[in-house]
Amino acid sequence: KVFKKIDDDLYDELEEALIMADAGVETSMYIIDELKKKVKENHLTEADEVRGAIKEIIADILSENDNEVKLSGSPAVVMVIGVNGVGKTTSIGKMASLFKSEGKKVILGAGDTFRAAAVDQLQVWAERVGVDIIKHQEGADPGAVMFDSISAAKARGADVLIFDTAGRLHNKKNLMDELKKIYKIIERELPNSSKEVLLVLDATTGQNALSQAKLFGEAADITGIVLTKLDGTAKGGIVIAIGHEQKIGVKFIGVGEGVDDLQKFNAQDFADALF
Amino acid sequence: MAFESLADRLGSVFKKLRGKGKISEADLKEAMKEVKRALLEADVNFKVVKDFINGVSEKALGQNVLESLTPGQQVIKIVNDELCALMGKETAKLDFSRKITVIMMVGLQGAGKTTSSAKIGGFLKKQGKRPILVAADVYRPAAKKQLKVVGEQLGVPVFSIDESTDAVFIAKKALEHASQNANDVVIIDTAGRLHIDEELMEELKNIKSAVEPSEILLTVDAMTGQDAVNVAQSFNKQLDITGVVLTKLDGDTRGGAALSVKAVTGKPIKFAGMGEKLTDLEPFHPDRMASRILGM
Ligand SMILES: Nc1nc2c(ncn2[C@@H]2O[C@H](COP(=O)(O)OP(=O)(O)OP(=O)(O)O)[C@@H](O)[C@H]2O)c(=O)[nH]1
Ligand SMILES: Nc1nc2c(ncn2[C@@H]2O[C@H](COP(=O)(O)OP(=O)(O)OP(=O)(O)O)[C@@H](O)[C@H]2O)c(=O)[nH]1
Ligand SMILES: [K+]
Ligand SMILES: [Mg+2]
Ligand SMILES: [Mg+2]
Repeated sequence: KVFKKIDDDLYDELEEALIMADAGVETSMYIIDELKKKVKENHLTEADEVRGAIKEIIADILSENDNEVKLSGSPAVVMVIGVNGVGKTTSIGKMASLFKSEGKKVILGAGDTFRAAAVDQLQVWAERVGVDIIKHQEGADPGAVMFDSISAAKARGADVLIFDTAGRLHNKKNLMDELKKIYKIIERELPNSSKEVLLVLDATTGQNALSQAKLFGEAADITGIVLTKLDGTAKGGIVIAIGHEQKIGVKFIGVGEGVDDLQKFNAQDFADALF
Repeated sequence: MAFESLADRLGSVFKKLRGKGKISEADLKEAMKEVKRALLEADVNFKVVKDFINGVSEKALGQNVLESLTPGQQVIKIVNDELCALMGKETAKLDFSRKITVIMMVGLQGAGKTTSSAKIGGFLKKQGKRPILVAADVYRPAAKKQLKVVGEQLGVPVFSIDESTDAVFIAKKALEHASQNANDVVIIDTAGRLHIDEELMEELKNIKSAVEPSEILLTVDAMTGQDAVNVAQSFNKQLDITGVVLTKLDGDTRGGAALSVKAVTGKPIKFAGMGEKLTDLEPFHPDRMASRILGM
């Protein structure tokens, strides 16, 4: 009886931690249910064992989906999408540096022709990393930028084209249609290339990220998530809910504003950091 | 289903109870569980929700909801009233009591500071003020350029010292520039930073003591989740903010962060960002926010 009482408090505490990490009510409840099963099956009695078990459950959810970036074809394409201000352009700078350090020839496409000085921002990153950038005037058609970027990438023998897009809220139909069009150009022009469509999520985001993943996913086939701003106090637990409900894996995490502040996602480390 | 409206949730709770005669305290607790869940799914902070539920439960018992023919409706009304009370009734105004109104924009990376600085500049220009924008973000690539572009679009002058990487110096010089050029509002755009970044928070404190702003507005993304309380509490503790700008409300977020921020800082939300266009700024209406959080 005494043990049971301790267990209830512990479960409450763990559920609270999950909710405070933005895992969401439903997913948190699911995890706690799984945990209870696991505790029973494995006859766990110690709080520490219970903590270990919950981390395992979360790591399992997170590693069920693809966490590896695929870069094949010439060029491979990485299109970066997401709502406003989450860290798309910065993550592109960091990825460019990472891929370059792996010996790849990288080219950037400045597909955000809308936001003030977005092209200048990407240009600074291109110079910082030492890679080419394809850009048009502010206000130009992003589809045309994509088309030119692909041509340039082919002509210059680039291994990877990373394409920036303007931040947009997922509930704006015209902007989602625009994204669809850009994506179609890749499908048409590079049928044999790998296509990574990375949805950038800000770790401070709450339950709205579920809606972001769903609606962006209707515009382009999301292949993975870049979870940024994990250097703050937010835990980014919403990716557990997205992994669980929408089967999308995390590929990179952002841990700062510097060029090296990007890491490959590790499900176990992420689960450990939650508690 | 997630994001079901509170009315639907409570409707189904009370339907189960219909025909039971008088509803018990335990039944009310069941209803409160639904309220709690709705608020959590709207991203209101866990601890804020707990306190809120305690308050509402007390009110509900005091008002004899249980005797009512439409307990669901009555609970919703109490929840809504309490939420409105927490959010504040009035639209909060800016403080223009000084000769030059200095507004300092602060917040996390990407929250919408630069865009909101420009929007507020445009908003005040329309009211006959003579604002200038100050490019004091010396870190983000092309931050100064971004402010210049939006300033130009609005016809609001931008003060920048391109070669300087000293935000405090830029802010001070901007104030001198304003007095010489008869500008009555100075809006300082600062770099995004984490509330736990001691060095950069120190920079903000130094700007604050150098220019003694009338307003320090914390810019908060309406999509923020549980972390909103940490951010707001920390910025408020370190800078004693005067208000909040809530951005990106043109999305489909419930925006529970608004409640969290208000609850932990007590500071009013003064503006709502409603889009990427530089005219997409509105004075904040607390009562509408309450309905939005509840999905009504
Ligand atoms: N602390 C921290 N800041 C980050 C991280 N990633 C990006 N940022 C910052 O977040 C802000 C927004 O980043 P951007 O790369 O401009 O975001 P974006 O998604 O391209 O923004 P839009 O194009 O305006 O939609 C900048 O100040 C970045 O320096 C991260 O991992 N940690
Ligand atoms: N949809 C929408 N987008 C907004 C709103 N306010 C700002 N944005 C967008 O959010 C992104 C980030 O805005 P910024 O003004 O650059 O944010 P910031 O806080 O200055 O960013 P840093 O300087 O990098 O910290 C940009 O794409 C803006 O266009 C809003 O109310 N609605
Ligand atoms: K963190
Ligand atoms: Mg960008
Ligand atoms: Mg800015």
